[in-house]
Amino acid sequence: MLQIEKLKCGYGKKFHISDISFRVNKGGFTGIIGPNGSGKTTLFRGITGELETEKGRILLDGKDAKILSQKERAQSMAIVTQEIENANITVEDYVLMGRMPYRSTFQFFENKKDFSIANKYLKLTDIYKLKHKFMYQLSGGEKQLAAIARALTQEPKLLLLDEPTSHLDITHQVQVLNLIQRLNTELGLTVLMIIHDLNLAGEYCDHLVLMNDGKIHLSGRPEEVLNYQTIEEVYNTVVITKTNPLSKKPVVFLVSGNVLNQKK
Amino acid sequence: MEEKYKYIRKKYLTWGIFPLLLIFLLFVAFSLSLTIGEIDISVFELPEIIGKKGDSVIYSILNKIRIPRTILGLAVGGGLSLSGVILQGIYRNPLVEPYTLGISGGAALGVALVIVFGLNHMIGNFMLPLAGFIGSLIAIILVYSLSLRNGKIQIQNMLLIGVMISFIVSSAMMFLMSITTAENLHGIVFWTMGSLDEPDMTLIYGTFWASVAGLLISYLFVKPLNAMRLGETKARHLGINTEASIRILFVIASLLTGICVAVAGVIGFVGLIIPHLIRLTVGSDFRVLLISSFLGGGAFLIFSDLLARTVIAPNELPIGVITGIIGGTIFVIVLSRTRMKLN
Repeated sequence: MLQIEKLKCGYGKKFHISDISFRVNKGGFTGIIGPNGSGKTTLFRGITGELETEKGRILLDGKDAKILSQKERAQSMAIVTQEIENANITVEDYVLMGRMPYRSTFQFFENKKDFSIANKYLKLTDIYKLKHKFMYQLSGGEKQLAAIARALTQEPKLLLLDEPTSHLDITHQVQVLNLIQRLNTELGLTVLMIIHDLNLAGEYCDHLVLMNDGKIHLSGRPEEVLNYQTIEEVYNTVVITKTNPLSKKPVVFLVSGNVLNQKK
Repeated sequence: MEEKYKYIRKKYLTWGIFPLLLIFLLFVAFSLSLTIGEIDISVFELPEIIGKKGDSVIYSILNKIRIPRTILGLAVGGGLSLSGVILQGIYRNPLVEPYTLGISGGAALGVALVIVFGLNHMIGNFMLPLAGFIGSLIAIILVYSLSLRNGKIQIQNMLLIGVMISFIVSSAMMFLMSITTAENLHGIVFWTMGSLDEPDMTLIYGTFWASVAGLLISYLFVKPLNAMRLGETKARHLGINTEASIRILFVIASLLTGICVAVAGVIGFVGLIIPHLIRLTVGSDFRVLLISSFLGGGAFLIFSDLLARTVIAPNELPIGVITGIIGGTIFVIVLSRTRMKLN
């Protein structure tokens, strides 16, 4: 679905990521993890086209992303950012914006199909009852659900999310991630997500890409990536890793300074 | 009918009815503006007088003075208001108005130079609008080219550069005004205050068609404008070519402002107040906002002009006084009564 080959991109001389190669298979759920400043967001912006590809290439469904127009890109991948939307716009109008990549310059109004697709995803994300409210009236979690509904209304093949849960409490974190998981398993949507929280990453993703210093440090299944040696090396922090008894996924425990001193 | 379609129908119905109401308002403004003046005409006689043509005094007053002036009011009011709503859209800043970016300053400086060097007496009065337009063009080109970094427009820089150019230009104006004669000073001040009193028919109809063209072209960018309500980045994510859209919209809005300023002088507040009032009434969707701002701005300026020339008749107040005092007051009252968010 998404294949990245030897990608190099960045902000001029200041910072760049290089030699990035990995692929996200159709129907996959991949997480990008790494410390602050490791290049996660740079990679994300490289994939979305915000940053120019300096070397290498990005293949979307086998096609070089460079030759795709902005509109074609928006039809095949939808993006949810961590930034929460506060615009003075109703939820329904906001979600309908997802149909923009399909409207021509001269089509001023949404047609029936646009409305039925928007309604379908408003229901799926469980915010149908809020659709006449304004975005700024919603809670943080609801806003993020609306952003996902808008992204789905683009009917993308690939859903890109940049820390969609970073401003949310755990109830809403789990609500949003469960929804993304459902979209992944039930609709077969391919998901690529930056996520800070290693435990959420291990629990939900089926593949992890660990970034460090503008390069990929390790890439593999969660249990391969989330081991204490790797995490201590990359994050420079002492941790303990165990397996969640129910889900059999890896869990990372932090060790506080006091405990660490006592043990020494 | 299902609940969801009822709501949509209601929205689209509002979008249809609101501009119709404004057209009606514009019609009222037109009728009043044509009938009230030194010689009052009954509204019901209007069709007859216009239909009969001939060379009666009333017909020539209508044909040579009132009709052109009213059309210019529609063109300038509509043009400034449209330009304001577009600029507020691309900068995502509710305080931006057509004059923020130094366009009016450039025009005023051009006109001041012409007056100070007496070019309008030497060459002809057409030098004033010409210099105004050239002045605004120079300001536009300066703001535009100084905001380019690596071939890309830096939108926030652009605003700052525009404001700075505006300051520089107005200081230069003050310099010119301080060294020139009292007569020239009066000419400059008078021009700066703005007026719809323009004898040249070509300029009037030129301005009118430019405004209408601006409105039609801006509708080609209604999708980018709507998407940019979420910000530039998110608009790009929705498949919008924001770079190109911003460039073209900036050029449309600033050219339109340049033309309006060159012909009618600096008429403030229209580009700021009308878009906000319209937004408070029908919401921020550009599909209804563009046309409504245009119609509302036109009607507002025609009414203002009517007041400006009747309040202390036979003398005339500068139209900017009316747009400022009346428009500003209405705006503050409406704003303090509504609790809706501006953006």
